[in-house]
Amino acid sequence: METTILFAPLVGALLCGFGWKFIGEKAAMWTATGLLFLACLLSWIVFFTFDGHTQQIEIMRWIESGSLSTSWAIRLDRLTAIMLIVVTTVSSLVHLYSFGYMDHDPQWREGESYKPRFFAYLSFFTFAMLMLVTADNLVQMFFGWEGVGVASYLLIGFYYRKPSANAAAMKAFIVNRVGDFGFALGIFALFFLTDSINFSDIFASAPTLADTQLHFLWGEWSAIEVICVLLFIGAMGKSAQLILHTWLPDAMEGPTPVSALIHAATMVTAGVFLVCRMSPLMEFAPGATGFITFLGASTAFFAATVGLVQTDIKRVIAYSTCSQLGYMFVAAGVGMYSAAMFHLLTHAFFKALLFLGAGSVINAMHHEQEMTEYGGLRKKIPYTFAAMMIGTLAITGVGIPLTTFGFAGFLSKDAIIESAFAGGTGYAFWMLVIAAAFTSFYSWRLIFLTFYGEERGDKHTHEHAHESPMTMLIPLGVLSLGAVFSGMIWYGNFFGHADKVGKFYGIPVAEASEHAEAGDHGNADAGHGEDVAHADTSHGDEAVADDDHGEEMAEGDHHYVFAGEPGEGAIYIAPDNHVLDDAHAAPKWVKVSPFVAMLLGFIVAYWFYIVNTSLPARLAANQRPLYLFLLNKWYFDEIYDAIFVKPTLALGRFLWKRGDGNTIDGFLNGVAMGVVPFFTRLAGKAQTGYIFTYAFWMVLGIAALVTWMSIGGGAH
Amino acid sequence: MDNILSIVTFIPAIAAGILALFLHGDDVAAQRNAKWIALLATTVTFLVSIGIYTSFDPSNTGFQMVEEGQWLMGLKYKMGVDGISVLFVLLTTFIMPLTILASWNVTDRVKEYMVAFLLLETLMLGVFMALDLVLFYLFFEAGLIPMFLIIGIWGGKERIYASFKFFLYTFLGSVLMLVAMVTMYADAGTTDIPALMTHQFSSEGFSVLGVYVVGGLQTLMFLAFFASFAVKMPMWPVHTWLPDAHVQAPTAGSVVLAAILLKMGGYGFLRFSLPMFPVGSAVMTDVVLWMSAIAVVYTSLVALVQEDMKKLIAYSSVAHMGFVTMGIFAATQQGVDGAIFQMLSHGFISAALFLCVGVIYDRMHTRDIEAYGGLVIRMPAYALVFMLFTMANVGLPGTSGFVGEFLTLMGTFQKNTWVTAVAATGVIFSAGYALWLYRRVVFGDLIKESLKSMTDMSTRERLIFAPLIVMTILLGVYPSLVTDVIGNSTAALISNYDTALAAAEAATQTAASH
Repeated sequence: METTILFAPLVGALLCGFGWKFIGEKAAMWTATGLLFLACLLSWIVFFTFDGHTQQIEIMRWIESGSLSTSWAIRLDRLTAIMLIVVTTVSSLVHLYSFGYMDHDPQWREGESYKPRFFAYLSFFTFAMLMLVTADNLVQMFFGWEGVGVASYLLIGFYYRKPSANAAAMKAFIVNRVGDFGFALGIFALFFLTDSINFSDIFASAPTLADTQLHFLWGEWSAIEVICVLLFIGAMGKSAQLILHTWLPDAMEGPTPVSALIHAATMVTAGVFLVCRMSPLMEFAPGATGFITFLGASTAFFAATVGLVQTDIKRVIAYSTCSQLGYMFVAAGVGMYSAAMFHLLTHAFFKALLFLGAGSVINAMHHEQEMTEYGGLRKKIPYTFAAMMIGTLAITGVGIPLTTFGFAGFLSKDAIIESAFAGGTGYAFWMLVIAAAFTSFYSWRLIFLTFYGEERGDKHTHEHAHESPMTMLIPLGVLSLGAVFSGMIWYGNFFGHADKVGKFYGIPVAEASEHAEAGDHGNADAGHGEDVAHADTSHGDEAVADDDHGEEMAEGDHHYVFAGEPGEGAIYIAPDNHVLDDAHAAPKWVKVSPFVAMLLGFIVAYWFYIVNTSLPARLAANQRPLYLFLLNKWYFDEIYDAIFVKPTLALGRFLWKRGDGNTIDGFLNGVAMGVVPFFTRLAGKAQTGYIFTYAFWMVLGIAALVTWMSIGGGAH
Repeated sequence: MDNILSIVTFIPAIAAGILALFLHGDDVAAQRNAKWIALLATTVTFLVSIGIYTSFDPSNTGFQMVEEGQWLMGLKYKMGVDGISVLFVLLTTFIMPLTILASWNVTDRVKEYMVAFLLLETLMLGVFMALDLVLFYLFFEAGLIPMFLIIGIWGGKERIYASFKFFLYTFLGSVLMLVAMVTMYADAGTTDIPALMTHQFSSEGFSVLGVYVVGGLQTLMFLAFFASFAVKMPMWPVHTWLPDAHVQAPTAGSVVLAAILLKMGGYGFLRFSLPMFPVGSAVMTDVVLWMSAIAVVYTSLVALVQEDMKKLIAYSSVAHMGFVTMGIFAATQQGVDGAIFQMLSHGFISAALFLCVGVIYDRMHTRDIEAYGGLVIRMPAYALVFMLFTMANVGLPGTSGFVGEFLTLMGTFQKNTWVTAVAATGVIFSAGYALWLYRRVVFGDLIKESLKSMTDMSTRERLIFAPLIVMTILLGVYPSLVTDVIGNSTAALISNYDTALAAAEAATQTAASH
């Protein structure tokens, strides 16, 4: 079944891409879509029937060299199962949506067949993404990693007539390659130290690696820190984290379904998946995870600030994605991998919903993407409006504070913010809370600018604004369900008590008291977390003591902590990692803070874009430098162009003309090639080809001689 | 078939002889006959060479299918293959029919053209099979001449300059090798390659003109061979002949040059340098590794700014060969496996890329990147093929290009992380130049008037690419096809190398303690 899930999209891609000439466009597209829905159905079955025990299914041998042995194989555990449903669900819905969205695309001319190619790329992407998430070793993961990169490249550059699309496609691929450079080095280091790149072997040797020193470049380092940082560099590229984020906004050049599938729900979350997958290593690398937390928090903040002022509807959502990915990395960085996966799951639903909703708006507005040209659309496209509204409620995190009742984003985002408070630094916590306020502001700004107020822009376009066809509305409906309910349904599995989370991920758990006796971690710390977790009111008053355990046990309230060895479950949580408990025990003001931030953002957005609509322009004029700084995305592109792109090309030119031309050729010409002009003159005289004819027959003679002698003498 | 190696080697030469002696005239019929005979001969050679593959025993690390006989003047004729050479033989026989097919539109001196290619095939095959020093040298050097002629007669505008540059570079490099070979004979008393591989050349340091040479004779011999192979490879900084040669050579010439001739350098390192001069190799390892890393970065940067399609691909070839030398001199299992894999894979990929240039050159007669743009609109099949090989060239996993790069880097990491890190930046730059080329040629709108009547690939052109596509993907998905064959031989090579180094080390220590 897993194999079918994996290969159905590939078959679909091939049939659709190569077979459409024989079976027709429509049939080809339906084939690809049908196969994806099949994969989706099977994925949900796998997800619900999965029993928590890691399975490995080998398909075929792959790279083998000496002690290096890799195969094409499927590793099925909870992480894989989660990713399977995320990828196949969003992908199949996006396929369906594309029937509507890609119909009559104005980018193409009469008679040009682009739809089968589009569907083939989508299916190929899905295949590569599934290879990535089902990989049983790092190299296969790398295959998927680069495969989705290519699919992304092809789809961003789908409108190949547009120079901007081509440039964005190249940028995406090359920036990702910078990340892959780190990823690859990480793989090499792991192989060097553990003599294997299979997950099981790597995880088993994690504790050893933690005590190993590695000579890398200029110094001696803790091996595991180096490896984790290198792998994370790969994740930074793919998940568009700060420094390597510049490609993601430009990637919006691709058709909107692509943005929803690749640049929101699936591919960009691969980095988060990688960090979670590598949790057995990450747990031993406090330095690296600290860095991940820091960078994730910074990205969440940075991207949210830029999102405040963008006017292109897709770019706003793109920066929002970048920012939300930062949240996930903070969760992973502080050791709450399950919370990171939780947000990954819910985010996939509501962000795909927002993108597809935006696509529906764009479709209605004749491919206008500037929000300044929108306004008052809620009556014209009511279903789209409803979907976007649900998406916005989800991403801004609307719910009832201190309960587990709310939209998907409310549960997962709050889980991350609480984890950041419990396990991270103050920096990470505050950055995320501020980012939450900004998120709320730009999300509501999007809604108000698009659906409320007066109609702006081209009158004709507004008059002809129309609701999208059913193929586009059905995916919006399904994703809306996810955006509303996915948080509440799976809260316990991802962020509940340790026993529930442990069962879900297949992590062995032990009762706290037993563990406290056997364990070597500080009792004070553990006790503190536990007692508050069970009785919020007692926070701070009761003395932290071992007795607490006994007391609580007596009440029949069993408490569990994670146990087990690295690699036993889908994720590994070290015995001294108490972030889950500490997060549950976070003070009330912490738990309410994201809600307050959300409200603030909403109120300001309401004030700016409904009540006092001239305010934003005046503010932009008053604070012009700040406004330009944000509008130009902190000038990252300009800086990179100046310090990387231009000097590289200049260096290339210099090496070519000066290095190859003057120095090497010049030197060798001077020493040895002085004879060339002589020969050339000679040859020039012999334009009729005498010289060559002589040489030719001479060679022929030699060859004949050699042949004759060897056959005559050698064959006996 | 006891002498299958000789048969494979000399079928093309015999066909060349038949063409040269019996085919007269230069009319259309004669031209057609010449082409068909050449195609037939190369195809038969390939089919027969499959016999070499099937009867090859990978578990045997020695030489197989050995043929030995007396030759003139007391010299020996000895041929054989082992895990390191056998696949190069197959690569050669595989590529040659495609090059003939790619030359179908040649109209100038067709007979001589085909004769040159057929002779070249024999000589190249001989290089990979010769087990006698003199025989090897003969094949190695004689191979220059047909290539020289191919560039010089059927090349572009600057062909005379390019052909002489090619000839002199490679020839001068080989002179030192000849000196070293004479020394070897003097020292070991034999020209038999298997015997020389077990012979221990002195590694005791001595002074030449006041300069102390670590590793003594071995280092000097290593350097002499290195001069020849490095030029052939080509390694930075003696690579500058290659772009000129490629640009001027006809398409088929470029294909052979990139796919097979360059591999002789790498093969030479594996056949001579590592096994015969282990101490010399070890002394020079750091230098060679750094030269390789510099080659990767330097030529990738230069490739970024090229305006001529062929030159760009030529520079990219040099970069890819940098991975090969790096892998070989890392002298680890993954490094050497990767190097051999990379050479084979590059044989398919670079051949295909030069053929891609050839396809549009045949139509437009220009290699200027500027002259193109938007080809995808008129030539979708071409765009697809070119995209596949562009991706293979940047080392996308799933294509053969990935396995070689990955293994060489992995192998080198175990020896030198700096070199690995520097060379690994090549994966970024290669994406840069390859996609930039593709974008300018294939993507964009089709605006230029001259391109509006371009036709997509013909059946003949598709037939040429089909086998290359199959091999590129097959080796990318199932590389065991190669690693199973070469694995044991490389393992033996590495273990002999390490043993020899350990022995030399022990000897030095004993000498020092006395």
